[in-house]
Amino acid sequence: MKELVVLSGKGGTGKTSVTAALAALGAGEVLADCDVDAANLHLVLGTHGEAAHPFVSGHTAVIRTDDCSDCGECARLCRFDAILAETVAGRIRFRVDPIACEGCGVCVHFCPSGAIDFPSSTCGWWGTSRTRFGALIHAALDVGAENSGKLVTLVREQARKAATAAGADLVLVDGPPGIGCPVTASLTGADLVLLVTEPSLPALHDLGRIRELARHFAVPVVVCINKCDLNPRLSDRIAEFCRDQGIPVVGRIPFDPLAGDAQIAGVSLVEFAPESPAAAALAAMWEDIRGALATAPQPKG
Amino acid sequence: MRIAVASGKGGTGKTTVAVNLAVTVARSGRQVHLCDCDVEEPNAAIYLDPQLGPAVPVSTPIPVVDNDLCNHCGQCAAICEFNAIACLPRQTLVFPDLCHSCSGCWLVCPEQAITQADRVLGEVSVGSAGSIGFTQGVLRIGETVVPPLIHTVKATVRGAPWVILDAPPGTTCPAVEALRGADFALLVTEPTPFGLHDLDLAVKLARGLDIPCGIVENRAIPGRDIVDRYCAEMDLPVLARIPFTRDLAAVGSEGGLLVDADADVAAAFTQLLDELVGLEARA
Repeated sequence: MKELVVLSGKGGTGKTSVTAALAALGAGEVLADCDVDAANLHLVLGTHGEAAHPFVSGHTAVIRTDDCSDCGECARLCRFDAILAETVAGRIRFRVDPIACEGCGVCVHFCPSGAIDFPSSTCGWWGTSRTRFGALIHAALDVGAENSGKLVTLVREQARKAATAAGADLVLVDGPPGIGCPVTASLTGADLVLLVTEPSLPALHDLGRIRELARHFAVPVVVCINKCDLNPRLSDRIAEFCRDQGIPVVGRIPFDPLAGDAQIAGVSLVEFAPESPAAAALAAMWEDIRGALATAPQPKG
Repeated sequence: MRIAVASGKGGTGKTTVAVNLAVTVARSGRQVHLCDCDVEEPNAAIYLDPQLGPAVPVSTPIPVVDNDLCNHCGQCAAICEFNAIACLPRQTLVFPDLCHSCSGCWLVCPEQAITQADRVLGEVSVGSAGSIGFTQGVLRIGETVVPPLIHTVKATVRGAPWVILDAPPGTTCPAVEALRGADFALLVTEPTPFGLHDLDLAVKLARGLDIPCGIVENRAIPGRDIVDRYCAEMDLPVLARIPFTRDLAAVGSEGGLLVDADADVAAAFTQLLDELVGLEARA
């Protein structure tokens, strides 16, 4: 079984739209949406039959006001500015800001009155849905919650399990933007990363950084230049950058104003406008990616 | 006035709005400082071409165990919620990448066997672009701990009455850190289901943090009113609208300023500034 992860560095280059198109072209036996901050893939796959499970990870400190002696030791020790001091009826009272709380437990351990509870936190949910193409493992972190990397790891594990159970030979993963915690959790150990970029200076800058991250974790990458005709000069410059770096460019997808209409209709562009130049380019790209996947070395471990 | 420019979804035009607003504020004669808080993928400098001072490393403390002093009691491993320290019978091991710098292990160690070392998260540079004060943070490749770097970026601002915080996408720790302490959140969206779905998350985040917010609709298309309908339902003001045209897309792609390229867009930003000045006066 192989795992193809779609990333971009810069947001909004078209990761999810490209993922949906690949799913429609036959890559979608098992899908995973690892953009757990802002998951969108379900919006164009027509999900149903959702089975959702709470994502419980880490803890949050809670001060029992009745047992608190107002000594302020918790506020002094907290390195995350998560202890709020409020004056109530002439007394300073301490309270934990649950969004700022890192769940480290230092205040719980050192409170001289033992007045701080440390319950587990439910940070979001994950679940499996059926789609037009195959199973989608997706998740949502609660707004402002922690542990995005752990939830991404959980989604990938569940997707691999589902693929094993279904005898699928590919897991297609839609990843998050950036290069931080959830991105690292999305790409480590993948067989191939598809970097979706667009012809703009910010996207080129960010492509360089995500490419470095993939190299750091020794994951092979291929590049798709999306909306390539919006700035042909910069598309050529990206292709040049890729050539210099030894990265295959597997697709150049022209901008299609129907992409927005496809999204509103809740389908991928290859379904909405199968005759369009963009759909043809996406289909050609899928053939190239299959070739790259077939030759991708088995990752270690 | 501290204005955070945010969005749930990436690529909706946060940086475009942040830099064009900063230029509009500066041209109105006001003192303004822009902080690029998207330290994973900082892009504001591409548009503003600032003169930057030296890049200063930003680090976070991590434990170092002196195995000669360690009595292998295991209290450090017990207090660590992040599995960043493991106490074996003859050796105590630290996994720096997992450490959240909570200080629990060195506070709890009865033998004072744990000292602190620095793990570099990235670097911060301060400078200016014309009259606009400018700070950016750049995350070290492979680093996963982002909020302390954003915190440092914001802490460099000295005295400018107008501060614009260009936030990262998403709704978790990095976005929270960028938004914290803002007086107002400008949420940038686009008229697509993805844009709207993630705008709703950003609105929940801003409201959860008690920050009033308004909307900028980017890449607006005549006749497509899904952003207006959402905003009416949620009682949110649409403070500016930037149309989608291939010409504007080309200007932005080359790192150009939309307010210099298109008089209508410049007028929209001037009006946005007027709205923000009005909000500040009422606050």
